[in-house]
Amino acid sequence: MHPAPSVIIFTSLTGLGFGLLVFLGLGLPDTSGVVAFVFFAIAYLLAIGGLISSTFHLGRPERAIKAFLQWRSSWLSREAWLAVASLLVMAIYGAGLVFLDTRWGVLGVIGSALSLATVFSTAMIYAQLKTVPRWNTALTPLLFITLALTGGAILSGSVDTALLMLISAGIVQIVYWINGDQALARSGTSMASATGLAAMGTVKAFEPPHTGTNYLLREFVHIVGRKHAAKLRVIALILMIGTPTLFLSLPFNHWLALGAVATHIAGVFTSRWLFFAQAEHVVGLYYGKR
Amino acid sequence: MTTLPTQTNRKLGLVIDLDTCVGCHACVISCKGWNTENYGAPLSDQDAYGGNPSGTFLNRVHSYEMQPEQGGAAQLVHFPKSCLHCEDAPCVTVCPTGASYKRVEDGIVLVNESDCIGCGLCAWACPYGARELDAAAGVMKKCTLCVDRIYNENLPEEDREPACVRTCPAGARHFGDFADPDSHVSQLSAARGGMDLMPEQGTKPVNKYLPPRPKDTMDEIDILAPFLEPVAEETTGFMAWLDKTLEKI
Repeated sequence: MHPAPSVIIFTSLTGLGFGLLVFLGLGLPDTSGVVAFVFFAIAYLLAIGGLISSTFHLGRPERAIKAFLQWRSSWLSREAWLAVASLLVMAIYGAGLVFLDTRWGVLGVIGSALSLATVFSTAMIYAQLKTVPRWNTALTPLLFITLALTGGAILSGSVDTALLMLISAGIVQIVYWINGDQALARSGTSMASATGLAAMGTVKAFEPPHTGTNYLLREFVHIVGRKHAAKLRVIALILMIGTPTLFLSLPFNHWLALGAVATHIAGVFTSRWLFFAQAEHVVGLYYGKR
Repeated sequence: MTTLPTQTNRKLGLVIDLDTCVGCHACVISCKGWNTENYGAPLSDQDAYGGNPSGTFLNRVHSYEMQPEQGGAAQLVHFPKSCLHCEDAPCVTVCPTGASYKRVEDGIVLVNESDCIGCGLCAWACPYGARELDAAAGVMKKCTLCVDRIYNENLPEEDREPACVRTCPAGARHFGDFADPDSHVSQLSAARGGMDLMPEQGTKPVNKYLPPRPKDTMDEIDILAPFLEPVAEETTGFMAWLDKTLEKI
């Protein structure tokens, strides 16, 4: 799949923003007034920034509002509803903390649950696709949710939780990669099933339908990004898990915490790049590619 | 609604005969010709006369080579591919706006272009590459089974079939109703072992492909092929910088 910057930024930033909202809704950290305002502002900047970025992926962004219509069948539509619902509920909860110094606990818990559900529905947009075997697994929502909670824990300064989540996220990420490398072969979709011609011999793409490129190849067959996949995996793990764990294990210091946040976000971007660049869409098989 | 109908009254679709197709691409051209000036936005081209031409097509013809395992010369098959109007169309249910739908009356899968936001998710959900986002219009384009021809009483009766079927000089394409077991296409598919593409994807395609009939085997003569190594892929801009930097690590 083409690792479009808009979808990488969208999934990474909304994950971090809604992840932070999960913690804020549960009263972590227990703040009010100006400090609470800063925490909520960071969460909203990340979440809304990510959501705005997703509209750059659209061919007709001026009609984006129509995406709310089909929540009964479409995960993308459900995500739109859940995102708006969690942002509204958390805005009321946050207003209580910032302006009235009052914690409406139940509202916070509802907001946390909605934020978590938003991340889940984002992941399901990808996990539902049988055409991309690497994504079509329960590990995709698990990975998205684990990373969102890890980012949320780091951003909210919940150091002990963050260390626990960092280790979990590292394990889930490694399992996701190992599982993903086998996914296309395991799915049973191959050039043989795509063409139905295997009875005549080994099928090879002889000639593509067009001499230049097209939408399908640009969108679904992205091979360049996979060349350095092994190196990028190591880089992603170091940035996303390794350095934040090191920084947070040292005696607490605001600069180290900022460093942990920055390197974690860079690592999440790298991991998300690989999430798209390494994903093989079965349509590539018609072109003899993967 | 982007939920699929439980049942359609008719199942209109195509039979594509891989034994007969000569790979002339006439169906590709007639499809583009008809559909660029009728239903919905035109099928645009980008840099059509320049160095990197690219454009939207609803029908494309691949060519595959089959190398028999027991030896002998390889065989070539031309493989036209367009929307299969699946009964269980994954492109319909993923649509957030309801623009993508399957008609109850005849099973045709269509896009209501005034509701399409161009998110591309339907194209992601399609295993066959049957949908292409038009770069100029920003909306999803796909085969309509020439819905504006098949019911069009302004056309002579022999023209009321999809443009690709009407134009095929080899008679490799057939149009009809698969819900009727006595129809021309149902009979043809049953007689020749019509097959589904990627059956494991669970899409239940309506269109059927007729496998090539067995052919004589020929001995292989292959002198030059080993010298024709593929050209290395080169990248530019940010990708080239990333490639170089990662290479150094």
